[in-house]
Amino acid sequence: MILEAAGACVRYPGAPEAALTDLDLSLAAGELVAVAGPNGSGKTTLVRALLGLIPLDRGRVFLNGRPVGEWRRGELAQVVALVPQREETPFSWRVEEMVGFGRYARRGALSAMTAEDRAAVERALQRCDVASLRTRRIETLSGGEWQRVRIARALAQEPRLLVLDEPTASLDLGHEMDLFELVRRLVDEGLAALVVTHHMNLAARYADRMMLLDAGRVAATGPPSQVMRAELLSRVFRWPVSVMLLEEGAPQIVALRPEGHGRGYS
Amino acid sequence: MKAALGITGFALAACLVGLAAGAVSIPPGSILGALASPDAPGAAIIRELRLPRVILAFLVGGALGVTGAALQALVRNPLADPYLLGISGGAGLGAVLAIALGVAGAWSLPLAAFAGGLASVILVYRLSAVAGRRLDPRVLVLAGVVVSAFTGALISAVLTLSSAEQLRNAFLWLVGSVSGASWETIAAFAAYAALPLFALFASARALDLLSLGEEPAQSLGLDAVRARRIVYLAASLLTAASVAVCGVVGFVGLVAPHALRGILGPGHRRLLPAVFFASGGFLVLADAVARTVVRPIELPVGVVTALVGVPIFSLLLRKSLR
Repeated sequence: MILEAAGACVRYPGAPEAALTDLDLSLAAGELVAVAGPNGSGKTTLVRALLGLIPLDRGRVFLNGRPVGEWRRGELAQVVALVPQREETPFSWRVEEMVGFGRYARRGALSAMTAEDRAAVERALQRCDVASLRTRRIETLSGGEWQRVRIARALAQEPRLLVLDEPTASLDLGHEMDLFELVRRLVDEGLAALVVTHHMNLAARYADRMMLLDAGRVAATGPPSQVMRAELLSRVFRWPVSVMLLEEGAPQIVALRPEGHGRGYS
Repeated sequence: MKAALGITGFALAACLVGLAAGAVSIPPGSILGALASPDAPGAAIIRELRLPRVILAFLVGGALGVTGAALQALVRNPLADPYLLGISGGAGLGAVLAIALGVAGAWSLPLAAFAGGLASVILVYRLSAVAGRRLDPRVLVLAGVVVSAFTGALISAVLTLSSAEQLRNAFLWLVGSVSGASWETIAAFAAYAALPLFALFASARALDLLSLGEEPAQSLGLDAVRARRIVYLAASLLTAASVAVCGVVGFVGLVAPHALRGILGPGHRRLLPAVFFASGGFLVLADAVARTVVRPIELPVGVVTALVGVPIFSLLLRKSLR
């Protein structure tokens, strides 16, 4: 088990309510788990807690069997790679420099890139199909290219667990599919992945398991068929939804229009 | 390689101009002679007045430039500069207080300035973080202006309450000038600046990551809290040491980093050494202009750096808000 959380609780200083309550989660190599839930349900808090970026109020999180709070950042980065939701830099980095940052934890603050580092960067560039962009400045990239570059940087860390926080937030349909296909392939090759996403439908098609958060608590967890239930989703998202099945078997959510506003979709 | 040669050439040429220019012009050809032999014509001027001045201006300029570049990565804002962020103002207040209380010496002045500079950079950071977790360039500059205004008012208060002689000393030095250069001030400056300068050079790769933001930096394996603390401390110490020896000189941290990122790219391992030499040369040139442009009156060097720096600041502001 790469990641294991038991009864994890997080409370931000001064906040009346806990941001995350009694979270249990386990994640092994070759597994893709998607975390979904309404805005403010604790998805990003969960990511931060699992990576030891915020302290736990109660409960425990283990990485490779060791409490996450005991890891030094440099060690952690060699096991877990995070692609944060938002990221801005004022400087005009080149793609290969950006992906090279993935080697920071392995090469240390002062030593130069070794052949091994360069090979890892090269593999990551190839894997994410951004090798042809290597000398481009990041501000000239499209949204989809930028996300792939950031995933390449995460792969250059050679992690065992990849954590993506809303990776498709600003991507169009084709790039969305592209990204989930890429993550699924990486997982099939042995990586563990945790993807936070608003795209329930993509999550249901690509994830092995889903976790639905509501107000900091786990509302449901399990294979997509168990989480994608109309009654449950309507309650959590406070909106009437219907669930149908794709031919490939994945359940898909459709938000309904309130009664009286329908335009021939009855 | 070409860039390194160009920057070295610029720095050397600037130093040559700095040695040649002044109330008495000394042709570049005689400078080497004066440096080689104490009996050559003009040797006294070169060796006792201009050489310390050029060396001090070079070191201070280099320190301020590297400080600016490091702060820009730290706060993720190309507008950051020790002067604009209010560190210089705070250091000025610390130093003025030390002068007014009569405890200022070549070695104690930088310490007083350091205390003031550190206090104000923390204040600026707190003020700008209130507006949200993402540091907005406008808010940061605004916070710097507010803190500068505050320290400026306190400096005025201290000066008003001081005796006439102290007032004159403090004023001459406050407006920013390298005219007080001596071998002793160089030694004091070098002693205070060496360690923090080394710390910033050693943090080059940490600065690369910090420029991406705290969360990406940490997930890439950087202890961002510790790295940030080191950079703040080093930047405050360098600014304080600079303010202590030549007063408040603004915008030096803005010019060279901006120009060199375009040529060398943003990577700090190459950028910081280049910025050191280019900013050193820049301040030596600015001082040479300050000494000669309205001869025999000497302008404060801070006036010249502001005349160059403000247009570049406006350019960067426009770019960063687009």
